[in-house]
Amino acid sequence: MMKDVVITFLCMAILLYFLLGGADFGAGIIELFTSTKNRSRTRKTMYHAIGPVWEANHMWLIIAIVILFVGFPFIYTTMSVYLHIPLAIMLIGIIARGTAFVFRHYDAVKDDMQWLYNRIFRYSSFITALFLGIIAGSLISGHIDTQATDFYAAYISGWLNWFSVAVGFFTVALCGFLAAIYLIGETKEEHDKRRFIKKAELMNIAAVVFGAMVFMAAQRDQIPLIDWVFKSNVGLSAIILASLSLVLLWYLLIKGKTKILRVLAGFQVTMILLAISYAHFPNFIRLKSGNAISLLETAGPEKTIYSLGLALLLGSVLILPFLGYLFYKFQKKEE
Amino acid sequence: MDDFIAARSQMALSLGFHIIFSCIGMVMPFFMAVSHYKWLKTGEEVYKNLTKAWSKGVAIFFATGAVSGTMLSFELGLLWPKFMDHAGPIFGMPFSLEGTAFFIEAIALGFFLYGWNKLNRWFHWFTGMVVGVSGLASGILVVAANAWMNSPAGFDFVNGQYLNIDPIQAMFNKAWFTQALHMCLAAFTATGFAVAGVHALMILRNRNAYFHLKAFKIAAVFACIAALLQPLSGDISAKDVAKRQPAKLAAMEALYKTEKPAPLLVGGIVNEKDKTVTGAIKIPGALSFLAHGNFNAEVRGLDQIPENDHPPVAITHYAFQIMVGIGTLLLLISLIYFFILFKKKSLTEKRWLLKLFVFAIPLGYLALEAGWVVTEVGRQPWIIYGIMRTQDAVTPMPGITYSFYIFSAIYVSLSIIVTFLLYRQIKMVPVLYHKTDQLI
Ligand code: HDD
Ligand code: HEM
Ligand code: HEM
Repeated sequence: MMKDVVITFLCMAILLYFLLGGADFGAGIIELFTSTKNRSRTRKTMYHAIGPVWEANHMWLIIAIVILFVGFPFIYTTMSVYLHIPLAIMLIGIIARGTAFVFRHYDAVKDDMQWLYNRIFRYSSFITALFLGIIAGSLISGHIDTQATDFYAAYISGWLNWFSVAVGFFTVALCGFLAAIYLIGETKEEHDKRRFIKKAELMNIAAVVFGAMVFMAAQRDQIPLIDWVFKSNVGLSAIILASLSLVLLWYLLIKGKTKILRVLAGFQVTMILLAISYAHFPNFIRLKSGNAISLLETAGPEKTIYSLGLALLLGSVLILPFLGYLFYKFQKKEE
Repeated sequence: MDDFIAARSQMALSLGFHIIFSCIGMVMPFFMAVSHYKWLKTGEEVYKNLTKAWSKGVAIFFATGAVSGTMLSFELGLLWPKFMDHAGPIFGMPFSLEGTAFFIEAIALGFFLYGWNKLNRWFHWFTGMVVGVSGLASGILVVAANAWMNSPAGFDFVNGQYLNIDPIQAMFNKAWFTQALHMCLAAFTATGFAVAGVHALMILRNRNAYFHLKAFKIAAVFACIAALLQPLSGDISAKDVAKRQPAKLAAMEALYKTEKPAPLLVGGIVNEKDKTVTGAIKIPGALSFLAHGNFNAEVRGLDQIPENDHPPVAITHYAFQIMVGIGTLLLLISLIYFFILFKKKSLTEKRWLLKLFVFAIPLGYLALEAGWVVTEVGRQPWIIYGIMRTQDAVTPMPGITYSFYIFSAIYVSLSIIVTFLLYRQIKMVPVLYHKTDQLI
């Protein structure tokens, strides 16, 4: 029972990190693909949009990690050992973008250093999203080989393969899409709005292209992705809903409705994640040997899960109202 | 450098880096709350400016603390997977509660930094307090996790298996209270002296002296009260260590032979090969008193502990000397400061006192780092005291040396940038706070 609570929290934390953290990385990615003359405007809009909630967004990652190492230590340590390199690169990205974001805003003198902060922020946003995707892809790719004896097989090929890398780029496109949609609702200027819509279109196309590549790579690497998505009712319905919501999204965009868009974009990404992961849930890591590491089977001792669940429930009672009020307060001031 | 040493060094570096930022995150909100309170009560503009100036500094530190902390929660697994496999479910309780505390802290910080002119004034003040209280709570919780490594509890260790796990009992292990108390005081001492010293420097240079004097007074009071209590709490810690980790105590004091009564060594050079200490001043019976509260008690030396369970003696001993030396010095400075306050002498005239505070800027942090070296190096060769060796916990992945170099480079660059930003922040005080309302 408590196990379910804990697993629900874990899935929620991962999902929210993808959505909120993803939009956050996406903002940097959008900036990367913005022409020099518009960059400072994009930056301003972005700062207003994510400044107040930035800290809170990245907490979801920490929550997910803590749940993993307390409740599912075997999963946490398997990831840590066999995905050491991509995790370390993602961490470098997180450190670089987090600090650059704050430094560029709080530097008391605005001079050439801004150039450096901006550079770091943009590139590290891209790298972080890419490696987040690579890690997610590797977990389900079945390339992780816990019996490998040589360095390459154990620590490299688990994540440096066509499928994982394709998922990485797909993630980058999704993050950019989420951010562009989010930013459309944050600006009043017609000109900026049009720019962000352009970006959203671009990212949408990129997502479709990379999505197709994910399927191709899966085919090549013999990952039954097509079965997961199209042969299960849940997977299939999720994909249909995602497509429908995409159509609705573009329709509403033409109609000039902007705030509802982000809900739809979030819904769409949620459905994509659901389609990919539902078929092999509760398996968290698929291994090369054909075995899988399951959330249900590797959960920690009962007392640990019980107190972890209790802590999470207690925490959310304390946190959610506060967090809701934060989002509400800083949304309202814009209007 | 072999991978095992690299992993230990990387862990030490990351923790040593993180602790600086987390202490600032724990303590500065309280300084700001005092200044903010004074502004709300008196309406004096200088307090509002001070609160804002501090909060900008804190935002920089907070972000650096948050990313380095995120790094740590991965690093435990990246470097010590076999430790986390077993320890995670046992000592995880404080971490899961800490998650809540961090979250509240992050949300409250969002309110506080972006809430100027947008929130009810007292609610705004309250959000600042929430930042401080939840920061302190998370500090206490993590230290409780570390205390568990020193004093494992909440499970039965049978034939290499960890049975009957009880996370609550693990959290309230024997060391948690003394360590958490000493750590909280250390955070106030270190940050207080650093902040007071920086403002003292500005007063000496006569830049916005009024502004800096207000700032100095707030920081100095916190720092000096904490520094008075620090040795008391340190004494409790020492007695505690004597009971639960005799090897650590012996290493702290470089006590190679069991003695009754045991003398306290001040200074001295440790020779690890010959197991001797040369050139130290001996205070007869003092160690017996420190460790057991009795001038004639026997203190166990390293001779009673198997050789392969000895911690590195020289490092632990030197670090302990540094901590206690600085602790004594800061205690003296605090006494002088209170004496002068009591006599109602003007601070700006006592330039030598201000200079003393400038001198003390890095001292608190030095003591704090040294104290952690005592605790952590003194625990070696165990990662879980008496249960699991550090060597058995390290990741099987080769090449950690490179990871150590890369992360060292990152931490060094970050330290340089943060110092540089802070320097600019202080230099800009006169420019920024003439017209006050342009700030967020
Ligand atoms: C401003 C910093 C500071 C100052 C002035 C002192 N300490 Fe300290 N000390 C720490 C900062 C610190 C610390 C960094 O916070 C430690 C590391 C782990 C802990 O719990 O606190 C610590 C640990 C620590 C330990 C080991 C605890 C353990 O392993 O469980 C002992 C025995 C002492 N201290 C004793 C003292 C004494 C007798 C002091 C006398 C002046 C003193 N400390 C001043
Ligand atoms: C923030 C203050 C801290 C500092 C400065 C610090 C310092 C250090 C140092 C110097 C080492 C290396 C010891 C050696 O290998 O000789 C170390 C190791 C380690 N510390 Fe800490 N520590 C701190 C707090 C913590 C906390 C709160 C935890 C866990 C909850 C922790 C967990 C570890 C682990 C897992 C190792 C590696 C294993 C080992 O060497 O025993 N530390 N730390
Ligand atoms: C004695 C040691 C430690 C103390 C006193 C301490 C305290 C703190 C505090 C007060 C913060 C708030 C951020 C800030 O104000 O800058 C923080 C951040 C953080 N710490 Fe530590 N910490 C310690 C060691 C550790 C260890 C060993 C870990 C991981 C295992 C860790 C994980 C984190 C994380 C994930 C954050 C970011 C949370 C956020 O975003 O606010 N800390 N720490």
